[in-house]
Parts: sequence; structure tokens; C-alpha cells
Amino acid sequence: MQSSLLTIAARHLHYLLLIFSVIVLLRGHNEPGGGFIGGLVASTAFILSAITGSAEKRQQRKLVPHHWIMTGLLVCLFSGFLPLLSGKPFLTSLWIHAKTDWFGAVHLGTPLLFDLGVYLTVIGVILLMVYTLFEDV
Amino acid sequence: MLLTTILFSVFLLSLITPLLSKWLKGFTGPFLSLVTGVLFFVLLSRIPLLQHGHSIREQMDWIPRLEIQWSLSLDALSLAFALLITGIGALILLYGGRYLAESPNLSRFYGLTLFFMLAMLGLVFADQLIVLFVFWELTSISSFLLIGYNHESKAAGKAALQALLVTTIGGLALLVGFIFIGFMTGSMTLSQMLTASLSEHPLYVPAFILIMLGVMTKSAQVPFHFWLPQAMQAPTPVSAYLHSATMVKAGIYLLARLYPVMGGTELWHFWVTLIGGITMVTGALLALPQTDLKKLLAYSTISALGILVTLLGIGSTLATKAAIVFLIVHSLYKASLFMVAGIIDHETGTRDVTKLSGLARFLPGTALAAILAGLSMSGFPPLLGFISKELMYDAKFQIPELCNCILIMGVIANLVNVTIAGIVAVRPFVGKPSETVPHHKAPFQLWFGPLLLGALGLFLGLFPLRLGEMLVAPAVSAVQAETTHIHLKLWHGINPVLLLSLLTVSLGVVVYFLRHAIRRFSRFFQVFDKLTPSRLYFQTIDALFFVARWHTRMIQHGNLRHYLMTIILVSTTFVGFRLFQLDTLPTDFNFLESRFYELVLGVLMLTAAVAVLISDSRLAAVVSIGVVGYGVALFFILDSAPDLAMTQIVVETLTVILFALVIYRLPQFKQISRKRVRIRDFIVASAFGAVMTTLVLKASAIQFHPSISEFFVEKSYTEAFGKNIVNVILVDFRALDTLGEITVLSVAAMGIFALMSTRKKKKDN
Repeated sequence: MQSSLLTIAARHLHYLLLIFSVIVLLRGHNEPGGGFIGGLVASTAFILSAITGSAEKRQQRKLVPHHWIMTGLLVCLFSGFLPLLSGKPFLTSLWIHAKTDWFGAVHLGTPLLFDLGVYLTVIGVILLMVYTLFEDV
Repeated sequence: MLLTTILFSVFLLSLITPLLSKWLKGFTGPFLSLVTGVLFFVLLSRIPLLQHGHSIREQMDWIPRLEIQWSLSLDALSLAFALLITGIGALILLYGGRYLAESPNLSRFYGLTLFFMLAMLGLVFADQLIVLFVFWELTSISSFLLIGYNHESKAAGKAALQALLVTTIGGLALLVGFIFIGFMTGSMTLSQMLTASLSEHPLYVPAFILIMLGVMTKSAQVPFHFWLPQAMQAPTPVSAYLHSATMVKAGIYLLARLYPVMGGTELWHFWVTLIGGITMVTGALLALPQTDLKKLLAYSTISALGILVTLLGIGSTLATKAAIVFLIVHSLYKASLFMVAGIIDHETGTRDVTKLSGLARFLPGTALAAILAGLSMSGFPPLLGFISKELMYDAKFQIPELCNCILIMGVIANLVNVTIAGIVAVRPFVGKPSETVPHHKAPFQLWFGPLLLGALGLFLGLFPLRLGEMLVAPAVSAVQAETTHIHLKLWHGINPVLLLSLLTVSLGVVVYFLRHAIRRFSRFFQVFDKLTPSRLYFQTIDALFFVARWHTRMIQHGNLRHYLMTIILVSTTFVGFRLFQLDTLPTDFNFLESRFYELVLGVLMLTAAVAVLISDSRLAAVVSIGVVGYGVALFFILDSAPDLAMTQIVVETLTVILFALVIYRLPQFKQISRKRVRIRDFIVASAFGAVMTTLVLKASAIQFHPSISEFFVEKSYTEAFGKNIVNVILVDFRALDTLGEITVLSVAAMGIFALMSTRKKKKDN
């Protein structure tokens, strides 16, 4: 059941949703959002294009869900191990505070990295489930 | 940091063996042997530093919170063991490289052997009980892997598992025993607990039993002796190294090591001596009817381990001296004989002694090695074995209370040793060549090791003075915690000990000529096979599997509906019970206060929920569940929880997609459950719903602990620089929880993937 309307809409929505998911991820620390929700939104973007795309297109996917999961977990672990280098316990947050011309005062820290890991893992998990179920149809 | 460096370098070496085997090909064995040989001489050069009870100590923090120190110490006792481990190890690596040259997994043999060497060295270096325990277990694991070296053979797998189970059960007992010792002496470090006298302490007896369990399983004492003959499934180099010369002596080492702490009590004297005595006789008697070279040696090893335990049980200075000397002698001749058995097997293809004779002219080097080792084993002068046997008898003469029975047991064990030496080391090489003769000469790498060890037995027998002064005396002082002077010599003049020695040898020769009769005679005893500990072991294992299968059938039945019901019933019962105990219902609860749109939303959700139940189309049911979900999301928005609402909406959407995908593969919608089942489900569901409702109502009224949200609100921005508290909790305050959660999520996704993949495979087939 291919609908050209849906296909065209999905092509544009895909990128819009991805951008939106990144915004949700980034703003998560101060406003509603975060890695988990961001990841869910991003995975809907992929699912949308998976539903509308053809079977061959799905075969050509370069980003395998396993890799998303692996990268995500590794990023989380990495953000946890970083503080060990400066002698602090596992997962202690480290911060860089900077004043920039464009964005004003910026706080960058390992929690953002951790959230990025959550984001990637969630995408991987959802996609792995959905793709496996898809492939069997 | 000598000791740590040695351990680390052996570890590193074991890790890089796959690479080394690629680069050095056939030279890997000689190279590794050379490196280990260097370690041997490095250790040997420490001898002058260890005289008069001195030792080398190293200490580092390991797990400071648990007060576990990485502390190592090298005294003469550890050194004696370490020399055997590295020295024999070097020869085994050389020998094994040639022996297993055709094996596709040769590099694994090197790696595992070196890993075992690391574990064994760590065991004898350890000065802290936990460190010792860790290495103790590592030896069990490497033994498991090495016995199962031929991993495609079922018998090897079984034997490996048996050895692992028996030794690790002992290991667990040992761990508890160590902790008890820690309680009693207030220290887990061996060198700090020497002076404590513990025999009065209430924990002494349990600690003693637990430690003995560890010793008995590791050193194959009756009734745990049965794993050792089975372990002969290992390739011969492994048997020679682990199951005769080193690993099985770990229990002996521990006995000697703990003697200053635990030893010297009546309990110790009686039980340790008794267990050792029984083992040495049992091993000897079981060895006699064997015809397989390796089995013969294995049972005689059990007997030898029994002798060592007996001597440490007696515990006098003389007995300790005898034990240390016998330990060295036994390792030399037994490793040598095992290697000889391996050469015979390698060159003729059989280990059956009844089929072997006249091999001396084909394998001259091997024959010489065998004769030297055999003479040492039977205790002929002027070999070191003779000195050791004299010491043994001397020690047993000097204990008045146990004397006679232990002495008789000792004579039995030793005379069987003479017989076994005859069967293993003499019989295959003399006489007319039988049909099974070697096709080619044994290569140098094979007979060099056993010959060197045999020659060493002769050399040390002729010149025992230095050995006694430099190694045995300080080792005995380490056990007895007093300085001793030892003057080893061959000739003591004519005395009862010498006469006993002569008697042993002549009786041994008599038994040797009676061996065929004994083999025939032993068949009458096969009825007792059903009563052996080995049989009991297999029955236990079978029973365990039976229970495991039954238990799996009961709990993991694979019926999803019943899983769900179990989960719901259990949580309903427990939560309901606790709720029933707390009878505070919120008082300020009033329906009429709710806002109009809340009521509308509630009615909408209720209607959707009922629609799910009565609908006869799956798609309609899914959509109705979706309505309930979005309703919840709306409630979140109304009560200003935007984070939750966002998540809820996305999750709802995804759920609907997943449902839609699953619906494809489901059969036609049908009423499959009977009315009774439906009523049961209705009751379960209603009970769960009631409990959940009560829980929500009561949860708002009950405060178990002071709320932590204040803390989060306060610290969220000041310490974590985030205004969104929910997110700050997720990624900062409770990041470890989140890490765990996403790991679980990933595992769940992998599980779905694996399940679907196996289904697909089945379909393809």
C-alpha cells in the first residue's frame, strides 16, 4: 500500500523530525526534553521512512541498529569513565563553563554526553525491534 | 617489585602466545621454555636472600575499601614450589610443543599453560588470603580448560567439568575458611598472623573443616580423589605438569603455609594424618590393578599426595623436612615418568603396559630417563628418592602415639611405589620387543626434559648437602617457625630405618612379580564400584539435572498468558497485603472538586477501555488502547508534567506501530478461551485494577521517608546546572540507574532480535 502523498511527506518529515529530535535532546537540560524523548522522536523519523520506503531501500540501510546501541552504550560508559581520569567516582559530572558571543553563557558537561548516549541507545533499541518485526512481514 | 613483575610478565606472555606462535612457528615452544627457564634462574638466584627465615615482601593497595592488599611474599617454602613450577614448566613447554605439534590448537596449549603458571606462582607468592584464594581458583579454571584441551571429546569435557566442580566446591569452602581465619586472627595477611594461637577459639573447628575440604579436593584426598584419574583425559604434558608436579600440590602448600596458624593441635594431628594415611593406602591399592600407564601414575600420585598430607599431619620438624624433600623428589620423578609415558604413547600409539616391552633399543634416551626416575621413585640409593624415604620412615618412627599404624600404611604405600616404578619405568623397556614398536626415534625435545629431571634426582642424591642447607632447611623453618639445620646425607649406617627400606624394596619386587595375579584378583572387587565416591558424584550431577529440568518445565513453560498472570498475581498479592496493613485512606478526596474537562477525559478513557474488551477486531482494540494512552498524556499536560506527556505521546505512537506490525502475523480473531477461563481472567484483572487504584490513592497520603524532591529542586540548578529537574535526575543524579535501564532496554531489543531470527531460520529450513 504505497501512497505517494505519504511518501513525499515522509521524505521531508524525516529530516524535520530528526532536527526536532536533536533540539529536544539539546534543550532537555533546562526545558522539557532530553535524550530519551529525543531518541523516541528520532526513531519515529526512521520508522516513518521505513514504512513508506521500498524493501530494497531498507536492505541498503548503512546504519544497523546494533551499531546505534553499541555506540550509545559506549558513549554513556565513556562519559562515566572520564571523571575517573581526574580521580573522581564513576559518572561524576564534569563541567566546562564558557561565555560565548553568540549563545551567551554555555555550560557543557559530561551529562550532555551521557544524554547523547541515551539518545543513540534508544534509537537503536526501537529500530532494532521495529526493523526485526518489519523484515518478517 | 620482583614478584609482581614475574607474575605480570608471565601473564603478558600467556596473552601474546597466539601472536608468538604465528611469528615463531615451531620455535615457540623452545622460546617460551627459555623465557620460563630464565625466570627459574632469577628465582634460584634469590636463595641467599631467603636464609634464616628471611623473605621478600611486596605490598600495594588493591581494594582499599575492603582492606584487601595486594601483598606477596617469597620465603623458602614458596621458593621451593616456585622453582618446581617454573623449572618443570620450562621443560613441559619444550616437551608439549613437540608432543602436540600436530594439534591445531597448540597456541592455546601454550597460552593456557602459561596462564596456569601465573596462577600457580601467584598462589605460592600470595601473602594475603584473598589474593591466595583468587589464584587458587584461577588454577582450578586453567586446569578445567587444560583437561578439556581436546574439547571435541565428550569424555574430556566430562572429566574437565568433574575436576572443576570438585575443586571449586572445595574452593568455596576454603573461602569461608579463610574468612573465619580472618575473624580469629584479626588479619587476612599470612605474615601478620603467625603468632596467634587459635585452638581454643570457637571458630577453630569449622575453619579447620572448611580448609581441609579445600585441601582435600585440590590435592585429591579420599574421598575426593576420583577426579584425578579422570583428569588423565588431558594431554600428557598437562598431566605431567598440573596433575602430578604442581597443581595437586597446592593443597599441600596450603597445609604447610597454614601450619604455623592452624597446625599443631590434636585435631590437626589426628585428622590430617588419618586422611593422608587413608589416601596413601587407597591410592596405592587402586594403582596396582591398572594397566594404563597414565592411570597407574595418577593413582600413585594420589598415594604420594597422601604421604605428603600424612607427613604434614604429623607436623614434627623431621616430618616437615621429609615432606619438603619428598615434595621435590616426587615432582622430579613423577613429571619425568609422565613425560616418559607420553613419549611411549606418542611413538607406539598405546599406553597399555601389557602390550609394551623391549622399547629400550628404540628409545634409549627415554629408557635412561625412565630408569633414573623409576629408581628414585622406588627409593634406591644413591638417588634422592632414597634419602626422602629414609627421612619419611625416620619421621614416622618418632611419633609414639600414631607410630605403628602410620608406619605400616607408609610401608604399603612405598612398596606399591616400588611395584609401580617397575611396571611403568622398567617393564616397557626390557625384554623382547612386542608387536607395538615405535616407528621412529623420539625427538630430542621429548626425551630431554624427563632425562634432565631424572638426572637431577641422581645428582641431588649424590650431593644433597647444598639442597638441604639452602632450600630445605629454610623452608622447614618457614613451616615450623623455628630455625633448623639440616644435614641431608645418603648413608646413615645400619639402623631400623635402613632395614625397613630394604624390606620395602624387596616386598615391592615380590608384588611386582605378583602383578598379574593381582589384576585377576581385583576383578572380584568390581561389585563395589557402585559404592565409590565417583559414582556418587555422577548420581548427584544427574539428580541436579533432573531437578533443573523439572524446575524449568514448571516455571519457564513458555506460555505468555501464564507468565503475565503469575506476575500480576504475585504483585497484586504482595502490594495488596501491604496496602491492607496501612489503613489510611486520604480524607481530602472529593470527586466534585475535579474540573469539568477532567471528568470528560475520564469518561472518554473509560469508554475506550471498555471498547477494547468488547471489540471483535484487533485493529479497533489497538486504536482504543491508543485512546486510553493519549488520554493519560492529556492528564499529564493538565497537571503540568510536560516531560511525561511528551514521552507518553511518543511511546503511545510507537506502541500502535508495533501492534500494527504484530497484528500482521497473528491468526484470525477468534474467541479461544472458555467461559470459565474468562471469568478467572476477569477476577485477576479486576483485583489488579483495584490494588493499583488503592495504591495510587494511598500513595498520595502516605509518606514513608522524608521527600527527596526538595533536595533535587534545590541542587538541580546550583550543582547540576539544569532547570529541568526530571532530566537532571536522569542524566546526572541518577545516571547510574539510567545506564542500567538503557542496558536492559538494549538486552531486551537483542532478545527480540534473537527470537525473531531463530523463527526465521526455522521457516527457511
